[in-house]
Amino acid sequence: MNEALLDVRDLHVEFRTRDGVAKAVNGVSCTVEAGETLAVLGESGSGKSVTAQAVMGILDTPPGRITAGEVLFRGQDLLTMGEEHRRRLRGDRLAMIFQDALSALNPVLTVGAQLAEMFEVHQGMTRRDARTRAVQLMERVRIPAAEERVGDFPHQFSGGMRQRIMIAMAMALEPDLIIADEPTTALDVTVQAQVMDLLAELQREFNMGLVLITHDLGVVADVADKIAVMYAGRIVETAPVRALYAAPAHPYTRGLLDSVPRLDRKGRPLHAIKGLPPSLTDIPPGCPFNPRCPRARDVCHTDRPPLYTVGPERTSACHFWQETLEDRDDAGARR
Amino acid sequence: MRPDGEAVLEVRGLVKHYPLTQGVLVRRQVGAVRAVDGVSFDLRRGETLGVVGESGCGKSTLGRLLVNLERPTAGEIRYRGEDITRLSGRALKAVRRNIQMVFQDPYTSLNPRMTVGDIIGEPYEIHPEAAPKGSRRQKVRELLEVVGLNPEHINRYPHQFSGGQRQRIGIARGLALRPEVIVADEPVSALDVSVQAQVVNLLERLQAAFDLSYVFIAHDLSVVRHISDRVAVMYLGRLAEVGTDAQIYEHPTHPYTQALLSAVPVPDPDARARRERILLLGDIPSPANPPSGCRFRTRCWKAQRKCAEEVPPLVVPERFRGTGGPAAHVSACHFAAEPGAPGDGEDAT
Repeated sequence: MNEALLDVRDLHVEFRTRDGVAKAVNGVSCTVEAGETLAVLGESGSGKSVTAQAVMGILDTPPGRITAGEVLFRGQDLLTMGEEHRRRLRGDRLAMIFQDALSALNPVLTVGAQLAEMFEVHQGMTRRDARTRAVQLMERVRIPAAEERVGDFPHQFSGGMRQRIMIAMAMALEPDLIIADEPTTALDVTVQAQVMDLLAELQREFNMGLVLITHDLGVVADVADKIAVMYAGRIVETAPVRALYAAPAHPYTRGLLDSVPRLDRKGRPLHAIKGLPPSLTDIPPGCPFNPRCPRARDVCHTDRPPLYTVGPERTSACHFWQETLEDRDDAGARR
Repeated sequence: MRPDGEAVLEVRGLVKHYPLTQGVLVRRQVGAVRAVDGVSFDLRRGETLGVVGESGCGKSTLGRLLVNLERPTAGEIRYRGEDITRLSGRALKAVRRNIQMVFQDPYTSLNPRMTVGDIIGEPYEIHPEAAPKGSRRQKVRELLEVVGLNPEHINRYPHQFSGGQRQRIGIARGLALRPEVIVADEPVSALDVSVQAQVVNLLERLQAAFDLSYVFIAHDLSVVRHISDRVAVMYLGRLAEVGTDAQIYEHPTHPYTQALLSAVPVPDPDARARRERILLLGDIPSPANPPSGCRFRTRCWKAQRKCAEEVPPLVVPERFRGTGGPAAHVSACHFAAEPGAPGDGEDAT
């Protein structure tokens, strides 16, 4: 079997807004294999969540619209298949974990009922068997006293437990691929560690593909195999995780790495990226990062850089990727 | 960084309990949320004291107490030797001029119907003695310039600015009265990383320029390390450990600090294997019903009977006293020890 688990090809998504057409996703391509973790890294408005929603088929249309692209899941295009077929895949083969469990879970149904529903709908289990499976799942994600708490409502659980229940729900049918959109952003750091560990453990156990959408460079370094960095609706760099942290090939990635304070060393002044991300209704011509880029030259204002292949399994959308890549040392010398 | 400067704020035994009541007609108190429960520390001139802790630990309540937005249930906050918690009227107003606050959420802490000029200039309406009427507009322009915004934008409204720019507006407002102390509650946590760094750098620059003392409240341990001279770790309404940034981050002796630090993901894939993670079980207990003795004992791997019976005082642990080493800083644990130290956790008496 040679095809990837998930193969996104040249995906474009637009939103119609009062200020014009917002180009949220502009030609994103990426692949995920079974057992692999792809981290999609980006700031707010970079298009990372919209990409995930388009893949899952939960984009609000309108105002959103997929204008081009293919989303191949085991070779089948999700975008052209019938809704009934797609719904059966969703939950069964593809699942999603959201940032805010309190708004993703149904507040008027018990967590047991919500978990059991998965088995009743997708596997035709009896209510009783489904409930037993729900309790087992809750135990699997380490909810204490699962048997007693299966009848509780989402608001009766703590944030970390709710997140684990959502993971349980995503895992319920042992899907092939999970998309997790900022799964730990709302959690405290000690709880975040518990949840990420659980996710990694379950991923190994079921050999799932995992797409982890996040803005946290620390979480990425901890769990990802490869990274796609997004900016203004485009992937600007892809690389295996170690290679990217050792020597980024795009000035935006370099800027991100230089602007986070480090726990393990007390640094010099932080090297902030100047300016702001562009408005998606008005993306600058040429390279979208050019107004903020310390390396920008004339060509960057006019020519949109393609994704150059810059090394084994590495790409960068920068005309000057080579000099960016070579500048592996301290950023202080340069600015 | 002046670790031995004089104290600007002295906080002693600060307590804030919020009553829990029951009943509709006859309300009776059935308990209390012990948000802050006996906190003492000094803030020195020109220093940044970072306060870290997870949600519900009481760090935001502490911040609101420091700027007198809330009245404490007990305890003292002394500013220049005077207890400000019992002041009222004119005396309170005078003190408030010198202790200002920067809030977390730049989207809700600015009035959407006021122009930026009015928002930043509002402190002058309340404290007219700070700037004569004719000079206010000019002062606001200067403040905009100081925080890196265009003075020409003085008549714009908050929604015309990005999150990072709004936080700069909040900082400008905090600076307007030229305070000595700024309490910043999660000032950068709502911002994207690239913008966060800009605001952190701005805060550092302003501190040097205006000789400010900061209380920097945050949950992000990396940001706190970056900006702080000293760090206080808070858990369930109490301080667990206080020390310089190097003492806390490199030689933590309280198990909670150690667990917290070990849980922070470091942006370095090579550190993945090196790191030893301490995984805490469970969640923070409710502050309405905190555990007896040491508050951390229900999640602590070192907990023994003594921890349930005796509240550990916030002192330099006996074994480190007089050593002068980096572990000799205050830590509220009966079995304080550096991680991996010989005899770690086995010194029970």
